[in-house]
Amino acid sequence: MLRIKNINTFYGKAQALKNVSLHLAQGEIVTLIGANGAGKTTLLNSLSGVVPPRSGEILFQNVPIHALLPHQIVRLGISQVAEGRQVFKPFSVDDNLELGAYLSRKFLGGKDKARQKKEFVYHLFPQLHERKNQLAGTLSGGQQQMLAIGRALMAEPKLLLLDEPSMGLAPMIVQEIFRVIAALSRENKTTILLVEQNAKAALKLAHRGYVLENGRMILEGSAAELLENKDVQRAYLGKDKKEIWER
Amino acid sequence: MNIWDAAHECMSRDELEQLQLERLQAVVNRAYKNVKHYRKVFNDQGIVAEDIRSLADLTRLPFTTKEDLQRNYPYGMFAVPLREVVRIHSASGTTSKPIVVGYTKNDIKTWANLAARFMTAAGVTHDDVIQITFRYGLFTGAFGIHYGAEAIGASVIPMGTGNTDKQIMIMQDYKTTVLVSTSGYALALAERMEELGVDPQSLSLKIGLFGGEPWSEKMRAEIESRLYLKAMDNYGVSEVLGPGVAGECSFRKGLHIYEDAFLPEIIDPETGRTLPPGAEGELVLTTLIREANPVIRFRTGDITRLDYAPCECGRTLARMERVARRCDDLLIIRGVNVYPAQIEEALFSAAGGEIPYQIVVDRKGAMDSLSVVMEVTERIFFTDLQKQKAFLEAVRKRITSVTGIQVEVRLVEAQSLPRRQGKIQKILDKRNI
Repeated sequence: MLRIKNINTFYGKAQALKNVSLHLAQGEIVTLIGANGAGKTTLLNSLSGVVPPRSGEILFQNVPIHALLPHQIVRLGISQVAEGRQVFKPFSVDDNLELGAYLSRKFLGGKDKARQKKEFVYHLFPQLHERKNQLAGTLSGGQQQMLAIGRALMAEPKLLLLDEPSMGLAPMIVQEIFRVIAALSRENKTTILLVEQNAKAALKLAHRGYVLENGRMILEGSAAELLENKDVQRAYLGKDKKEIWER
Repeated sequence: MNIWDAAHECMSRDELEQLQLERLQAVVNRAYKNVKHYRKVFNDQGIVAEDIRSLADLTRLPFTTKEDLQRNYPYGMFAVPLREVVRIHSASGTTSKPIVVGYTKNDIKTWANLAARFMTAAGVTHDDVIQITFRYGLFTGAFGIHYGAEAIGASVIPMGTGNTDKQIMIMQDYKTTVLVSTSGYALALAERMEELGVDPQSLSLKIGLFGGEPWSEKMRAEIESRLYLKAMDNYGVSEVLGPGVAGECSFRKGLHIYEDAFLPEIIDPETGRTLPPGAEGELVLTTLIREANPVIRFRTGDITRLDYAPCECGRTLARMERVARRCDDLLIIRGVNVYPAQIEEALFSAAGGEIPYQIVVDRKGAMDSLSVVMEVTERIFFTDLQKQKAFLEAVRKRITSVTGIQVEVRLVEAQSLPRRQGKIQKILDKRNI
């Protein structure tokens, strides 16, 4: 459903992505792992049009999107949940979700549809339902992350881009978030591209993965293969394994 | 259907090409980062990984030859530290030093799954009893098929080579359904059964997986009619993996190359130029998922052609024609790869210098034989018969230790080997395969 070929993305003169290619099949969870600064977030931003690639090709359901603007890309069915749980803090949970439905109301079948979607989100995250009238700013970190994901789901994405959903959260909460991601893929057939520092958890959830290093793709493989790969273990699965860390 | 990994074996060409590009880019990045040889070659030739933007760009990269692998003996081509290598095999080189091939844990798993593909395609299932008559050891043949069989869940009898009578006894008693051997050994088994009065029809044999050496359709027909099994071909390259590079499906119209794991090309062996699909030439392989030992554009020396037309079996993978010959002077004797240069080196070092000689390969019955005929010269002239015997024995041992196969060594009179324009034809292959 998504196919990226040879994209090169720059921040000014600094090249953040070098000739990167990647694909996602319908219904897949694919994780992108790599160290800080490897280019993971840049790749998501290139996909969503926030930082368009300078060259290369991105096809989403056979439509080239690398030259489109972010709102056009959202309309095609790609939603990004940015790093750092960016919710509208002074608004209630319910209003936050309504804002996410802006698109679906305008293009995808009006208020009823929006209500339906909201019910679906509350079903996925019962904790949000319990707090639907609470201000987003008063939610815990984990709940804010759920809200951020929930809001993205209101646009009925075919492809969901998740940027470090586990960042700064307690392990229990991370488990909960990952459970929902798995459910989304299973029940809703949503295709998911997951960027994670927590490579182990991400690989346990994902079907396949890619490893980025200094803006270059150095590995593609099934999640099981990557979990067993010593380069991945050395770099991303904890440096406590000294015997493999020292080369 | 007899397909082990439909997700990869039946991918649309379009999807496959995207996956190949991603994997090619990753392997080039990794090889440059981790393998000194590739870093040096790329730097010397001004190649950067970003040059690879399509599969066609592969031609911008230099070939990897057997000599490159030999120069980096033993561990120079590894892309991972030795402690991550769980297995070390070897392939024949053109010198006394072999080529070292390493496998990580993942590589072994990959190998098992690739071998399981051609075995499944040949009809092997978890109900089968598989008798492996390849040598277990530094050679890759036995292990690859052993792992493939275990992945499928079949019962493996790891016989190893030789002891033909015992092989036949086990085949009878254990009710072997799948025979794994060289094509020559299959016929040797048939012959021995005849001598012993064992009726092959009384056996449980169903399938024969033959590889390790070129064998003709004529041989296939003979094996099938004498052993009452379906004889299937598979193809491996020790330098890149072992068995599990390609294998026949039930339609037997060429061997499906596992293109998600190996990117094949056909080149003109003389000029190195890439040839269009369908043309006959030397097979060149780039590993796409090997961890320990990635190889870029390895020249296999095998002559074949590729057919990209869809196959009736449902696989979308290209098919290579069965390999009948090579573009170098490699001799394949009873499934073992032997370079004449290896023999020459062993010979000259035993003789203490150059001597006139001829390598003779023949087929007696079903089995290949190798002999080396030397002309007596001053250097190896013995009045003492005892000494002459000792010398011949020393030569024989040395050649056997380097090549791994038995050889017969003979001395003949000076100037008695046939010469053409004053030169001895160094290799005489009398087999008519």
